[in-house]
Amino acid sequence: MDAKLRRSMLFIPGNNPGMLQNGGVFGADSVILDLEDAVAPTEKDAARFLIAHALKTVDYGSSEKVIRINPLDTFAAEDIKAVVPYGPDAILVPKVESAGDIHTAVSMIAAAELPGQVPVKIIALLETPRGILEAYHIAMADPRVVALALGAEDYTAGLGAMRTKTGTEIFTARTTLVNAAAAADVQSIDTPYTDANDEEGLLADTELAKQLGFKGKLSINPRQIDTIHAVFNPSISDIDWAEQVIAAMSKAAAEGSGVASLNGKMVDLPIVNRAERILRLARLLGLIEGAE
Amino acid sequence: MASLLKVAQAGTLESSDIMVTVAPGVEGSGTVIELESIVMAQYGDDIRLTLETTLAEQGYTDIYIKATDRGALDCTIRARLLTALGRAGAMLKGEML
Repeated sequence: MDAKLRRSMLFIPGNNPGMLQNGGVFGADSVILDLEDAVAPTEKDAARFLIAHALKTVDYGSSEKVIRINPLDTFAAEDIKAVVPYGPDAILVPKVESAGDIHTAVSMIAAAELPGQVPVKIIALLETPRGILEAYHIAMADPRVVALALGAEDYTAGLGAMRTKTGTEIFTARTTLVNAAAAADVQSIDTPYTDANDEEGLLADTELAKQLGFKGKLSINPRQIDTIHAVFNPSISDIDWAEQVIAAMSKAAAEGSGVASLNGKMVDLPIVNRAERILRLARLLGLIEGAE
Repeated sequence: MASLLKVAQAGTLESSDIMVTVAPGVEGSGTVIELESIVMAQYGDDIRLTLETTLAEQGYTDIYIKATDRGALDCTIRARLLTALGRAGAMLKGEML
C-alpha cells in the first residue's frame, strides 16, 4: 500500500487565488485543487492557468498536491494537459465507473508527463452505483491507482435515495469500497461531511468511517481538519496497547511460541499486524520515537 | 508580431485576485498598460513588469491592457493575463496549453 498518509484531503476551489495560495497552511495531508464542481463551466480555462501556476510557485508544505479534474467525458483531456506537466502528486479522477476509465486516464496522464517526471498517481472517485460495483476492478486497473474515494452526494442521487446525516443510505457503498480497496491493497477515503458548521456530526461521521476501515476523509472546509486528524490519529491507549502486544509477542517468540497472551486475551498474527499498523502510524506522526 | 482578435477579460475583483482586460492595439503602438492596484506604491512597478514580461514571452506587443489589482501574487497575475489573452484569440505558447 502507498505509504502516504491521507487522513484528510481538503478541497480548494481552483479559480480562487486567495484560497489556492493559502492551501498549504491548514495542515491537511492532501490538498485537492478542484477543477470540477467548484469551477463554473465558463471559468475552466482560468482555473487551469491558476492551478498550473500555483503548482509551479506555491509552497504547499508537506501536503500532497492533488488535482481534481473534470469527468473523462467532459473536460478531462484539457485539464490533464494543462496541469500534469507542473508536477502534481496525484490526479483525482471523478465519476470513475470501470477499469476502462482508469486505463483512459492513465494514457492521457502518461502522454502529458514530461520526460523524467515522477509518475502522477491516481485516486479514483467513485460516485455512482456502477462505480461502487466495479470498485475492486477499478483499484486493480493500474499501479498508479493508490486510493479509492467515495463521493456520496452523486452516488445517493444515482440510487434515488435521500442523503441523510446518519448515512444509512451509503452504508453498502462505504463497506463495499473499503473492502475492495483493502483487497487491492490501496487506501480508502471517505466522502466529505458537507455541513461545515456541525462539528459533532463530523466527529460521529468520521468515527464511523474509521470504524468501517477507511484510512482518511475528504474535507470541504479547513475547520474540519483537526477533528478528522484527531479521529484517525492513534490514541495514547491505542499506542500503549500496541506496544504491549509487540512486547508480549516478542516474549512469546523468545520462549519458542507463536501465540502470546495479553490481559487474558490471545495475541496472534492478525492482532500483531494491527498493533504494528498503529505503531507505524504513530511513528509517521511523530507520536513515538523510531525511524519510519 | 502576433495580434489579438478581440477584447477579453479574466479574473475578479476579489482579494488576492486581479482583473485583466486585454484589447488589440494599433499596429506599432506598443504595449499600453493602465494599472490600478491597492499596493501600487509598493508593487506597481513589479506588477507592470510581470504583465510586460508575460506578454513578451508570448510574442505580443501592440496591446492595450487594463488591470485592476487586489493584491494578486505574481503567479496569479500571469495566470489571469494568459487567460485573457487566450480568450482574446491569442495563440499561446507553453506547456500548459
